[in-house]
This record gives sequence, C-alpha cells and structure tokens, in this order.
Amino acid sequence: MTLDGSRPRRVGEVVEANSASFTAQCYNLYDAPPLGCIVRTGSPEVYGVVCRVATEPLDSSRPVLARGENAETEEEVFRDNPQLTRLLTSRFEALIAGHREQDTDRQYLPGLPPPVHSFVYTCDPVEVARFTTQLDLLRLLLNSGPPMADEVLSACLRGAAATHTDPGAFMLRAGKALAAELAGDLPRLNSILKKVSP
Amino acid sequence: MTGGPNQNGETPGAGSDPLIDSNGAALGLVVDGSLSQGVEVRLDPSASVEDVKVGAFVTIRGDNNNFFGVVTDVSLGTTDPRLKHTPPPVDNPFIAQVMSGAVAYGTISVLPNLIMPAVIGDDQQGPSAAKTIPPHFSRAYVASQRDVEAVFGKEDQRHFWIGSPLDMEHKLCIDLEEMVKRSIGVFGKSGTGKTFLTRLLLVGILQQGQASTLIFDMHSEYGWGAADPENHRFAKGLKQLFPAQVSTFTLDEDSSRRRQSPFDEVVRIGYGEIEPEDIEMLRETLNLSEVAASAAFNLQQKFGQRHWMSKFLALDGRDSIFEMANEIQVQPNALGALHNRLNRLKRFDFLVESANQDAANRVVEHLDQGRHVVLEFGKYGRDLTAYMLVSNLLTRRIHNQYVDRKEEVEGGQGRDPRPLVIVIEEAHKFLSQSVASHTIFGTIARELRKYNVTLMVIDQRPSGIDSEVMSQVGTRLTCLLDNERDIEAVLEGTPGSRQLRTVLARLEPKQQALIFGHALPMPVVIHTREYGSTNSYEQLSRSAAGWTPPAPGDAMETQKERLDREISELFPEDG
Repeated sequence: MTLDGSRPRRVGEVVEANSASFTAQCYNLYDAPPLGCIVRTGSPEVYGVVCRVATEPLDSSRPVLARGENAETEEEVFRDNPQLTRLLTSRFEALIAGHREQDTDRQYLPGLPPPVHSFVYTCDPVEVARFTTQLDLLRLLLNSGPPMADEVLSACLRGAAATHTDPGAFMLRAGKALAAELAGDLPRLNSILKKVSP
Repeated sequence: MTGGPNQNGETPGAGSDPLIDSNGAALGLVVDGSLSQGVEVRLDPSASVEDVKVGAFVTIRGDNNNFFGVVTDVSLGTTDPRLKHTPPPVDNPFIAQVMSGAVAYGTISVLPNLIMPAVIGDDQQGPSAAKTIPPHFSRAYVASQRDVEAVFGKEDQRHFWIGSPLDMEHKLCIDLEEMVKRSIGVFGKSGTGKTFLTRLLLVGILQQGQASTLIFDMHSEYGWGAADPENHRFAKGLKQLFPAQVSTFTLDEDSSRRRQSPFDEVVRIGYGEIEPEDIEMLRETLNLSEVAASAAFNLQQKFGQRHWMSKFLALDGRDSIFEMANEIQVQPNALGALHNRLNRLKRFDFLVESANQDAANRVVEHLDQGRHVVLEFGKYGRDLTAYMLVSNLLTRRIHNQYVDRKEEVEGGQGRDPRPLVIVIEEAHKFLSQSVASHTIFGTIARELRKYNVTLMVIDQRPSGIDSEVMSQVGTRLTCLLDNERDIEAVLEGTPGSRQLRTVLARLEPKQQALIFGHALPMPVVIHTREYGSTNSYEQLSRSAAGWTPPAPGDAMETQKERLDREISELFPEDG
C-alpha cells in the first residue's frame, strides 16, 4: 500500500534527472504522488521525496486557454474538449533522499542519478518504515534548497510516521533530530514542529 | 544525526525508565570542564534536572579510569540564546517534549575528586585523588551504593557511621582513626544541630576506643543529656549510653543534683593553681588592659606561684594596693584594676583558697583508666570567664603532663600516653587572633598530634578563630552557616572551596552537614544519623558489628603504673 492507501504502483517515468533530483512524467493526468511521498526508481533503487507536482501543457509554446465559459460543470469542459487530456500532462519532481546499496539503505546521494525513462514507483508502508528508520534524509531535505523545503519535509514526516508501529515515538525522534539540526534557527524549527505536531 | 544521545529519544520523557547501568542511573555526557573548575555534564533528555541535587555523588566513566565526584552546581542551557527571548510554544506538548533535552537542556557541574580503584572492593588499592579529568563525552552516572562504600568504607572498628549521603540510604562512614590524629572543627549557626553532631562524633570516638575525650561541657548537655525541644524529648548523654566508660566531673554539684545527673568528682580549684597566663587569656572577658594583665606576672614573681593570687586578693584598700604597685614596679591604677577584676572571681564557688586535690591530676587519672571525662559547668556555663578559666587551666596542666610523658617515651621509657581529644565550645573566644598565641588551645591546635593531644572545637562564629589555628583543623564538619565571613573561614585553604561554598549555603537548617578534611577522602554532604530515639540509642550503644571496644585500662599506662615503673627504674631491685 502507498500512503494514500493504494497498492504500490508505477506512477510514471523519469524524464529528467540530475545528481540531486529527478523529474518524472505521470502516465495519467492528475495521477502524481502527493507532496512528501517517498518514491522509488531505477535499479539499484534510488529513493526520492516528491517536492513539486505540476500539471502543464505538453507543449510549452501552446499555453492552456480557459474553455469552460459556457459549460455547466467542470466535467463538461473535458467532455466537450476530449483532446485536453492529451495536451496536458502531470509531472512531479523528487529530491533524491538516498539509495540502496548491497541491501542497505544509504541516506546520501548516489554516485549517478537514475537514468531517464526509469520507471517510478510509490513505496509500500514497510519499505517507507524501513527507509525512514534512519533520519539522515532530514538534513538532505533541509538543505535541498527549494523554497518549500520545510513543507516537503513536514509532509514527508507526517506520511512516514503513519507507517511506523509507534507514530508518536517516531515523530518525537524525528523532532529531536530536527532540533539538533536547527539548533541555531528556532523560528524555522518551531514552524516545522507545528506542522508535524500530532 | 543518528548518533548521540538524541538517538535514545525513541522513548524518552516523563514516565520512561532511565537507562539503568550497573553503575546507577545514567545522567549524561561530559561536554566541558577543567580540573580546577570541575567538569560540565550535559544531562540526557531522560534525566530530569529536578532529580539531580547539589551534593549528590556521581561516577564518570572515562576511557581508562572511573572518576568519583560530587555535583556542585545545576544549571539550564540552550543551544540558541534567542530561546529565552522567544520561548517555543510549549503549550503544545509535542513541541515541549522535543525541545526539552535537545534545544533546552540541563547541565550539572561535577567536581571529580577521586579516581576509583580498577576493581571495586580491592582493599589494596583504594580511591586516589583525581589529578586529571575524564575526556569529552564520557558518560556520567548516579553513584551506586557500591561506589559510595568503596570510597567511604564500611562500618567497622575504624569507620563510624555518621549519617547518609543526600538522597541515599547508604551508611556513610568517617575514618575515626584519621580524624582524632588532628584537630576537629564542628561549626554551624545556633540551632543547626552542632550538639547532636558532636554527640555522634563523641560516641564514635568512645566506641572506637583509640582515644580518650575530655569534654568541657559548657551547657551540661553531653554528660547526662539535655532537653531536645525540637522533638519534645530528652536527648541522652554519654554517661547514660556508656556508663562504664564515662566519668562525670562537675563544678556545680547543686545543678548536677537537681538534674539528677550522677557525678564522679566535684572539681575545686585552688588559687595556687591559677597562673598569670590564665589571667592574660581572660583579658578580654575581664576587660583588663594589657598592662594590668601583665602585672600578674610581677605578682607571681614576688609571691611565687602558689600564693600570688591569695596574697594579692588579701590586700585590702587602695593604699595597700598602691604600695604593692610601687614595690613590684607596676602602674598603680593598672594593679588596682587587676585587683578589682580578680575579686570578681571570688564569686565562683569552685575557686577555693586551697583545694584538697589537684583537679587536673584527677582528670588525668580517669583518662589513664581509659575513661572519658565530661566536666559539667552547671550554672557556671553561663559565665564565659569561668568556662575559659577552668578549661584553660585544666587543659594546660593536662597538656604539660602529656608533654612530659611523650618526652619520656622519646627517651625510650614508658608507654605512649593514650591519645586525648579535648572538646571546647565557644572556641572563637579561646582561639581568636588576639589570644590564640597565649592560650594552651592555640598551642595544641598548632603542634598537632605531636603530644597525642588534639582539639575538637565547637563554634558558631568560625570567622573569629585565628586563621593559623583554623588551617590546622584537620576535619571540619559544618552545619548551615549564612554569614559570608564564617563560610569563608570554614572553607579557607580547602581545594574546590568555590564549589563547596554553593553546597554549604544550600544546606538544610536541620540535620545536614558538610564534612571534609582528613577523615574523608572527599567533601560530602550528609543527612546526620538519628540521635534521640530509643532505636538510635540501641544502635549507638551497641558497638559496630564484628568488634568489641578495648577494655578500659588496656594498652596504656596508668599513673600508678608509671609511678611503679619510675621507682623500679630509680631503685633497681638488684641494686
């Protein structure tokens, strides 16, 4: 099962990758994993945390126009313009949070990013719980740079906590690890803690 | 991020069991420090700062040594100085839990006093003074009973159970043999338990049997006991607990009778026994000028030791005194003042023209028999002049006898006199800077155990005691003191006095004492052993398990034996 309760499944394919992150395109429109979700790709596996989800035109030179002026419902817009689902696509970006090496989770960047066209899967709870036993990924996420890093981090922790047998204890451990990381930046620590507070 | 104490955060916080090690509960990690200031231990999130008290014992496991120390300060720390300006939203229990121990944490200062033996219980290798400190990140634990026992010893013939360390049930013992070798000081404000502590020490010395005691019992509370108003009962004295080993002398037999305190001897002092040195010491209490006091020496020269006082007091009228002044060449007014003041001594019934027997000799005889002597002052206890006069006079004579005997021993004759501990109260009057050099007590305090005589001084104003004398006090037991100068005087010359100051100022006003010096390997705060209940008397009058006190008269030479020996030496039978 994934965090939203569905079975682990293939959600897309890597279309762009660099050392710190990769971007995947979903097979279906609006089918991206949620923010903070831990996804897996490549072999050996590289793990990422979803940090940006976007739905945009396939051809960036053809901006999307509003078409529902005369439609009663939003569904009607898609029914009247069946081409829309083919002109739009959902993409998501994941920050690389670690990889697997000789059956061991490594929470640091792999030597090479996952190849383009690698399939991207969501993880089942056991895998998430296993991967988040270590919390070194917190530092990777805190220092990843995207403007919403704190949001991504708190979403990831909220999701991961649900996979542990004692979510409260996991959250406390993560909180203390964060406190050690952000010892010199209390406002930031407070804001993250408020977001993950049960 | 996964290392360090935070990793223990899986189940920290209230209600979780602290990590119990074979050594005791874990406290935290050494993060800073120095040998002179002590080390700083950052508390683990699981150890509450409220559970650690100043004066508690801590063991620190270094790489190669185990250190034993005492908590000297407890403080709060933060990783970010801004925390105190903008406190986190602690009404959220999760945030409060995360913050405590991680961003906001407790620290304790530990003074590592000793390095523990590698094998606890190894008698060959006791704890040694710490000359270094544990390295960074050494783990600190609450000291276990076993550690405390290894440091302070078990109750036996040599070690006397005096109380227990704070928050511990363990019997903390002091080394009596070491204690009586040097002078002892018992200090504390009025009403903090000095008398009870002294009673305990005296019981210890009595039980151990290595030394005799001579107690100048100002308020008549050691011999037959006195009321204990705090507990609405009557605290027994030494004579009641050890009737066979304690002799009571009294200056005021009426008071003793009224209190139904049986006494062995009544002390009478002849004028001939008072020496000019005694008058010199009383200068302050009699309000005499230096010239007037030293006139006594001229009188002694003129009339001789036995008669100077009686003849001087027999002078009547101003003219005869002035005449005498001219004769012995002292200032007439000064002599007049001396006569006037010495006349006041006549009101002491224990001073007589000539005493039937020498009180000092009687005391020494009792001491020789292995008995302990309590001299009750009765109503004279309220008069400092009487107390100082009698204690000084008797002590000087007893001390002289000890000096003679000790010198004989050095000459290869006789046996060592039994060590003697002389107990005096209001010690600052005898040992103040102005008189310490004149009085016998100053001499005894300075010459240490050379002549087998040491002092136990009981005082509430230690700042009044001459610092030279104070520096010779080997073991100090101090109850609560709040005067800065007194605290300074008690701690003067003690290593780690800055840290001990905090501990001393935080003592409870009752039943707590800070003990340090020769009888203990390190300073310690104790909760004094109970004295006053039926059960406590039973324990106190029963000797420590596994040994019996030496029978009185053992291993020492009585005066009669000494006389016999001297006669046989002078007149050998075959001669």
